[in-house]
Formats: sequence, structure tokens, C-alpha cells
Amino acid sequence: MTVKVFVPCDAAALSMGAEAVANAVHAEIVSRKLDFRLIRNGSRGLLWLEPLVEVETPKGRVGYGPVKATDVKSIFDAGLGQAHKLNVGLVEEIPYLKKQERLTFARCGITDPLSLEDYEAHGGLKGLRKALEMAPAAIVQAVTDSGLRGRGGAGFPTGIKWKTVLQTESPQKYVVCNADEGDSGTFSDRMIMEGDPFALIEGMAIAGVAVGATRGYVYIRSEYPHAFKQMNSAIEVARENGLLGTNVLGSNHIFDMETRLGAGAYICGEETSLLESLEGKRGQIRPKPPLPAIAGLFSKPTVVNNLVSLASVPVILSEGPEHYKNFGMGRSRGTMPIQLAGNIKRGGLIERAFGITLRELIEDYGGGTYTGRPVRAVQVGGPLGAYWPTNLFDVPLDYEAFAAKGGMVGHGGVVVFDDTVDLAKQARFAFEFCAIESCGKCTPCRIGSARGAETVDKIMRGERVIENIDLVRDLCETLRDGSLCALGGLTPMPVMSAIEHFPEDFDRKPSHAAAAE
Amino acid sequence: MLGKEHLGIPSPWDPDGARRIAVELKGLEGPLLPILHAINDRFGHVNTEAIVIVADVLNLSRADVQGVVSFYHDFRREPHGRHVVKVCRAEACQSMGSEDLAARLERALGIKFGETTSDRRITLEPVYCLGNCALSPSVLIDGELHGRMDESKVLALVSEERP
Repeated sequence: MTVKVFVPCDAAALSMGAEAVANAVHAEIVSRKLDFRLIRNGSRGLLWLEPLVEVETPKGRVGYGPVKATDVKSIFDAGLGQAHKLNVGLVEEIPYLKKQERLTFARCGITDPLSLEDYEAHGGLKGLRKALEMAPAAIVQAVTDSGLRGRGGAGFPTGIKWKTVLQTESPQKYVVCNADEGDSGTFSDRMIMEGDPFALIEGMAIAGVAVGATRGYVYIRSEYPHAFKQMNSAIEVARENGLLGTNVLGSNHIFDMETRLGAGAYICGEETSLLESLEGKRGQIRPKPPLPAIAGLFSKPTVVNNLVSLASVPVILSEGPEHYKNFGMGRSRGTMPIQLAGNIKRGGLIERAFGITLRELIEDYGGGTYTGRPVRAVQVGGPLGAYWPTNLFDVPLDYEAFAAKGGMVGHGGVVVFDDTVDLAKQARFAFEFCAIESCGKCTPCRIGSARGAETVDKIMRGERVIENIDLVRDLCETLRDGSLCALGGLTPMPVMSAIEHFPEDFDRKPSHAAAAE
Repeated sequence: MLGKEHLGIPSPWDPDGARRIAVELKGLEGPLLPILHAINDRFGHVNTEAIVIVADVLNLSRADVQGVVSFYHDFRREPHGRHVVKVCRAEACQSMGSEDLAARLERALGIKFGETTSDRRITLEPVYCLGNCALSPSVLIDGELHGRMDESKVLALVSEERP
């Protein structure tokens, strides 16, 4: 019986030396003449343990981590599955993983990402097979009934978007996956593309069948070279096996897709800007209406969904919308892949039903900061999300509950800062980032961001602090109310939350040089 | 395939090669970005001559192509050095000291972000998130991702001296 050994090919694992570990494992297998097979799986999302090497045993998969290439020989010497200083026991029993509710990430890290056979053996393609036997309107209804909302950040009901595209007549329609995951602190899209790419392909095929679209695009940011390569390989495999093409899984439905590479513009994560970019233009946003669902890519009706939304569709179809809907709270149904990042001891991917608190995430899962210093602030929802102090850590993760406290769930990134953080500097960066990434279409965002950074500079130098804070407040109102899209519209969120919750960081005194003038 | 397979030493500028790339990819839906990526990958930059060629092949105005080239951070106007070091400067990496790392690298290499060392060895660029936010600070060197970086680790990775 061939024993399977797993070394992840996920970029995070590679960033910690997984390639050298895989080579060392391969060398040991060859030199010891073992009947072992090395599989390059995705990541389980226990990122502090990467590279996490796993070995199949009769009891389950035993893990070792974090493994360096130089540790491999001693692991084989001890005997795989036997006691070793890096042995973390049965991976499924690690509380970080065991306490999760994995629906979208059910296979990630378990299967060989490019084996369609493995994918099917772990529940894949069931959703699409079901969808192929359903009427388009019934598929859309199932997605609506599941309560799935856009996981990219805006939280718009996915089923409603699909319904609009379905009802809009056109000879050509498109499905576009937004994999321009630009928010700092997020990596769930990347993990799916590298660790379970067929989940996205299946989700897009279901979307295509549901709305009558025959072509799909995955717009992947160029900062993700590994994901881009893996997605291309997976699409090839899907085509060779009839999952994509003129007869999707033997049906009379046509659906094919390809990847497109972004070019380093954060704004292209905004759906209309992404469509412009796909068309080969500057990534400037389009005013809405018309909605992309009515006139999207090349002015054709287009479903534009975040990657996690699309990758959640197969499980919604296969297990039924009720199953998915039973997770969560309030109007936030299902699960959210939360990405615990920044200054954190045990960072990684945690998929849980909505309702979990930041305290549980940061303290129980994360184990506090990496530096060992006290947590002072957390930014949830990417660069446009609010900075929160620890006294807001008991707010449940829920679109509405977060909004009520002036924050947002966004794409589920949680970035932790210790007590050395300077919130005035972070507020300044929020403006600076907006200035760097602004598409330039609307004035509040283009000009306001630059003026905002300058004004925070003045505050940091202790110049007319009270007046300048008022000016920032005023500017933020203009940005919020006058910008065309979320970049300008939400930049006030990190800035104002920093001022509200951490006023002491803005209470600057003039330096001696400035005072002497 | 389209786009970055790996970064390497850029090929010397060759207008016929650039035209071949544009002609080969012009049949795609929305071909401009794939063409610019391919040219940028091959030659390390997209120069004015390339803009003229691409505009001609796609029947666009030069201004249209120029506008797209200047919009996206990826498209360089000058060839890059033998190694491209992209340091993540976004929030998750900031929480782990990436700004200090960025300043140290500028000092050690004697260049600012966006510049190339005079010996053409290293181009230093900022990047806003590499999706490795649980293992910060992150740096992408010649297309390979590295986590938990510091100044000495980065410099060792771009050292061209053989041990």
C-alpha cells in the first residue's frame, strides 16, 4: 500500500521553504526505496505551522511543522508518524482546525489540487451535477435561499445579482470572478486558487448554467504568480476532462473560462474598474447605473462575484441552501473564511459561521501577538476597514453588527497590531494608499486623499492640531459622500476610526524646531 | 501562456519581437493587457516604441495605449535590474516592522523605491500585499515569495557571490 506524504505547494508554505522541504522528502523516499507518494497539497490554513508536512497513517494524517529541509532526515529516521519534536499529532485534531466549520474550504489542504479524481472523491462536482438537472431559475433561487452575500466586501446578495443577469436577454453573457484580492490581511482567494481551484471552476460553471453565460474570466492580481499558474493548470485539466467546454459534464451546456492577469492596481478590485481592465482599458471606475448585471463586460450582462462567493456555490447546491443557511446569524448567513494576520502568534485561515467574536479569533485561535506584546488595535476588512481597540472585541462578526459600530467585515481580513502601533501614522497611510491607488476619476478621492495625507502630517508635527483634526473630519465627510466608489468612500473609515478610538495618538505637541519659528 | 511565468534578466529590446507578441495575442477578447504583460515580461519594460507598435497592431491611438501603460504599476518605462525585490508595504506587514525593513534596504542598497542600483543588480519596488499576511514581513524576489523577512535575509537572497 503506497503511503501518501503531503508537502503544500501553497505560496505561504513556499515562502517558508516548502519547495526545499519537498525536495528533501523526495530524496529520502528515493534513497530509502520507500513505497511513498509525495503529493503537493494546498494549505490547511494553519500558517504558523508551514511548511506543514503530513503523512497518511491508519489513524489519520499526522503532521509535522514548521519543517525545515534539514529536519526531514530526522523525521524519516524516527519513522513517519512516530515521536519527533516537530510532530503535531493528528492534523484534524488540532483545535485550531477542529473547531472550524469548513464548507467552502472543506477540501483545501486535504486533496491534490490538480487531481479532478481527488476532487470528486471529496464531494466535488456534486453541486454542478445537481445544477445541470435544475431549471436556471431554480438554481438562482437556491443561491438566493442560502442567504449568500458577496464575500468580496460589499455583502450584496449573490442570488439577486444572478437573477438580474438571468432575466436580461442577450446573445452573450459573462461570468467574471473577481480574484483581485488586494486587501492587506487577506489571502482566502489565493488559498482556494492554489489549494482547491476546481471549487472555483465548478462554482463558475454553475453560475454560467444558471444565468445562461457561456464564457468566464478569472481576473487574478499579478501579485499572485503562484495562484495564476495553478489556476491555468486547473483550467487545462478541467477542459481535458469535459468539466469545461461545449458539453459541460456531458450536458448540452456550453461553458469555458480563462484567466486574466491584473497589473498592480488595487482599484481593479472594484467591479466596474475590473471590467474596464478586462476590456484592456485604464482601470477607471464606471458610474452606476447601468449595473454590470445588465451591461457589464463588453456591455453584456455579467455576473461579477468575488472568488469566495463563487467557490461557496458548489456546497450550497450539493448540500442544499438550508444547510448553508443554518450557519450564521441575523442576515449574515453561512460561513466566513476569516484570515487572521499581521502581528499574531498563530495566523491563518479560520472558516466559521458568522457570529464569532474578534476576541475568540485573536485570543483563542491566534494566541495573542507574535511579538508577545499586548494587542492594541485591529484593522478588520482591509485597508478601508476600521481600526478598533480591544473594547470592541466582543462585537459578533456580522455585516450589520460591524456596521453599527462603524466598521465592516469586508473580505474577512483581521490585521492585529501590538502596542507599538502609532494610529496617526496608520491614518496617514490610509490617505496615502488612497492617493497611490485612486483611479483619478472623481475629485474627492483624487485630490482629497493627497490633502488628507498632508493634513495628518501637520497634525503629527503638532501644527494647529485641533483645527487640523476638524479639517480631516470635514474632508472625510466630503470623501464619504462625494466619491464615486468605495475607495474614496471608505478611506474615511480607517482615518476616522483611528481618530475616534485612539485620540491620544493625535494629541501631538509641536516639536522644538516648529515651536521656535 | 500569458503573463509572468518567471522574472529573469530582460531580453534586449527587439521591435520585431514586440510586434510578434502583439500579433500573436491580438485575437483575445480585451487583448491589450495580455500584450503589455508579455512585452513587459520579455523586455523588462514597455518603451515608447513598443507603445507605437501595439497601437498599430490593435488599431488604437498611441494615447490610448500610453494611458493604459501609465495607469498600471506593473508596466515599467525602464528595464529592471537582474533581481527585482518587491517589498510589501501594506498594513499586515507594517504591523511586523516592514517600514523599518524598507528603510534599511534603501540604506543598504543606496537607492530609493522605484530605482535600480547603478550596477543593474537590484530593482527595489513597493507592493501592496502579497497575500502572505500571516507570515509578515513578506518580500517577492524574482517572482518567488519569502515570508518572515529581515534585511540580512533579503540581501542574502539577492547576493550574486557564489559561496
